[in-house]
Parts: sequence; structure tokens; C-alpha cells
Amino acid sequence: MPNKDQIEQILFEVIKELNEELPFDQHIDVQLESPLFGQSGKLDSLGLVSLIVRAEEKIQDQLGISITIADERAMSQTKSPFTTIRNLSEYISVLVIENEKD
Amino acid sequence: MKKTDTKVMIITGTSKGIGRHLAEYYVDQGLHVIGCSRSKTDFYSANYRHFILDVFDEKAVRAMFTEIRRDYGKLDITINNAGVASMNHSILTPIDTVRNIFETNVVGTFLVSRESAKLMRYVNYGRIINFATGAVPLKLEGEAAYASSKAAIVQLTQILSKELAEFKITVNAVGPPAIKTDLIRSVPKQKLDDFLKRHAIKRYGDFSDVTNLINFFIKPESEMVTGQVVYLGGVFG
Ligand SMILES: NC(=O)c1ccc[n+]([C@@H]2O[C@H](COP(=O)([O-])OP(=O)(O)OC[C@H]3O[C@@H](n4cnc5c(N)ncnc54)[C@H](OP(=O)(O)O)[C@@H]3O)[C@@H](O)[C@H]2O)c1
Repeated sequence: MPNKDQIEQILFEVIKELNEELPFDQHIDVQLESPLFGQSGKLDSLGLVSLIVRAEEKIQDQLGISITIADERAMSQTKSPFTTIRNLSEYISVLVIENEKD
Repeated sequence: MKKTDTKVMIITGTSKGIGRHLAEYYVDQGLHVIGCSRSKTDFYSANYRHFILDVFDEKAVRAMFTEIRRDYGKLDITINNAGVASMNHSILTPIDTVRNIFETNVVGTFLVSRESAKLMRYVNYGRIINFATGAVPLKLEGEAAYASSKAAIVQLTQILSKELAEFKITVNAVGPPAIKTDLIRSVPKQKLDDFLKRHAIKRYGDFSDVTNLINFFIKPESEMVTGQVVYLGGVFG
């Protein structure tokens, strides 16, 4: 069972990769409270899709766990799990636990 | 991650019928083809891999995509051919049949398209081809569940074409003419003749009619062709 740190580290790696493709003014700080998507986030929906797909792939490659990071609340301003790196990491932890139960 | 220069194509529903023909044809054309169906296949080739799965089983489909990503590092073309039909009066159609039709045709196409789009972003070229049917514009009696599921595929094709344009992926659909496969084997001759009469070109179709259209959709020059549904034989309702 992967711990919180592992998931956070994976997300940091994803953000670093993403930053290489984004214009400088859209770079995301590699820290837990960085906003991602929504009110103060810098990602547009295309950027969010890119982040999610990379995260799924890295979790598969590094942890051997296959999850789909899709959520009805993705586009919601307040309840979205995609607002900050911390929220996303917590959300992924839940998905990983659910995946183990299946 | 290995990345091959050869085009990588997924075709669903390759154990028989149109899908089987497409698998053989594109292997002959030199592509890497990955096929799937619920049953085994007796088609073997160095450039063909078969997965036994239900197209609407999320776990199994994701596992197939994980292998494709590992082995080929990309995906270029997806043909959502797997489909089931039921030709029956709606009053005589069991709900389990309706569910299976929608799960295979709509959920299967949605799921395989979603996972395909994720892998296609590596190539800056992506082609998704779905399967419609002339029963949609004709709103054929006796095909309420089947034609409704295919109408959903038409809508999906057009919305995906908008959502995926940013990734340079085009999404189009083929409406095959009536082709003599198991799918229409149980349809009475009279019904098929009536169906053909409502086409501009009143003959049964061949597999080559379908490959010709798919070849057009997948050409690099067809990058402006998206969200289109082509009903072969000319059917307009
Ligand atoms: N033939 C026609 O006249 C005609 C006309 C209009 C549209 N179409 C469309 O063309 C496509 C191909 O039809 P066809 O005539 O070639 O039909 P077919 O001969 O019945 O073949 C259908 C294929 O789909 C596979 N399949 C069915 N359910 C599946 C599932 N849940 N998961 C994975 N694979 C599944 C079948 O394999 P298993 O059974 O082994 O799973 C088989 O390989 C369909 O989408 C159909 O609606 C055909």
C-alpha cells in the first residue's frame, strides 16, 4: 500500500514535467498548496487533462496500481478534487484504497 | 518506454465479421494491430495481438491499454467496431438485451475512446473511428434499442470531435452498408430487401467499402475531416 508521501512525490514529478511544456507565467510551484485548476489555478482544462493522464500513468508505472482519475465534481469550483496538489493527492489516496478493496 | 515508428491500431470486435476483416487487412498493410473480443480468435500474425475482454469492462480495457503503452509507447488509430444488435419489436425485447446493446455499443465505444485519447496525445495525430448504422437516419422499426444505441454513438462522435480537436485527434463514424455477417444473419430477407431499397445504391456492401472509407479517415491529409458520419450506400432518412 503506497503512503501519502509517495503519491505526493509522484504528483511533484508530474508538475515538473508539465512545467517544461507550459509557458513560464503558467508554471506551477512544486508545493502542496499550489493551486491547480479552478479559481486561482493556472491550468486550463487541457492542462488539467494532461496532468491527470500523466498522474495515472506514473501511478501505474511506479506503484503498479491502475486507477482512473475521473470525477463528477471535476469542473465544480468548490468541491473539485483538482483545486490544489494537496487535494488531488488526498483524492488519489482514496482511489488507491478503493482499488485495493476491489 | 519503447516507441515504434509503425502505426499502432486498436480494433475492437475482431473475432469475426467486419472487425476480423479489418484486422487482417491492416496487418497486411504493415500496421501493428491490437484486437479484442469476448471469444478467442484463430487469426495469428507477428503483428497482431488479441485480448479477450468485454469492451465495457473498465478494468480489462485499462489493462489492455497499459500493455499497449508499455509495448508500443503510443497509439495512432482506434476503430470502435465491436457491436451487438437485436432486431425485434420493442414490446418483445427483454431489458437485459437492451442493457447489453447499450453497454457494448455505447459504454464500450466511450470507454475505448477515452483511453485511446490518453495514449494518442503522444503522436500529435490520432484517429478514432466509430460504427454507426443506416438504421439511425431511417429510424427503422424493429431496431429501437440497436438504432438508439447507434444514435448515441453518432452524438458521441460529434462531441468527442470537438473535445479532442485540441489533441489533434479526429473522430468520425462509418455507417456500413448491409454486409452479410452474423450480425444480420437472423434478419428476414424481406426486411433486408426493404432496408436496401431505402439506400441510393441498392446492393449489399463489401468489406472493401468499409476499408476504403476508413483509409480516407486515417490519411494524414484528412486532418480537417472530423465529426463526420458517412452512411455508405447513401441513406438519408
Ligand atoms: N453487418 C452489417 O450489415 C452492419 C450494418 C451496420 C452496422 N454494422 C456495425 O458494424 C460493426 C461490426 O458488425 P459485424 O457485422 O461485423 O458484426 P459481427 O459479425 O456480429 O461481429 C461483431 C464483433 O464484435 C465482437 N463483440 C461483440 N460484443 C462484444 C463485447 N461486449 N466485447 C468485445 N467484443 C464484442 C464480437 O466478438 P465476440 O462475440 O467474440 O465478443 C465480434 O467479433 C458493429 O458495430 C455493427 O453494429 C454492421
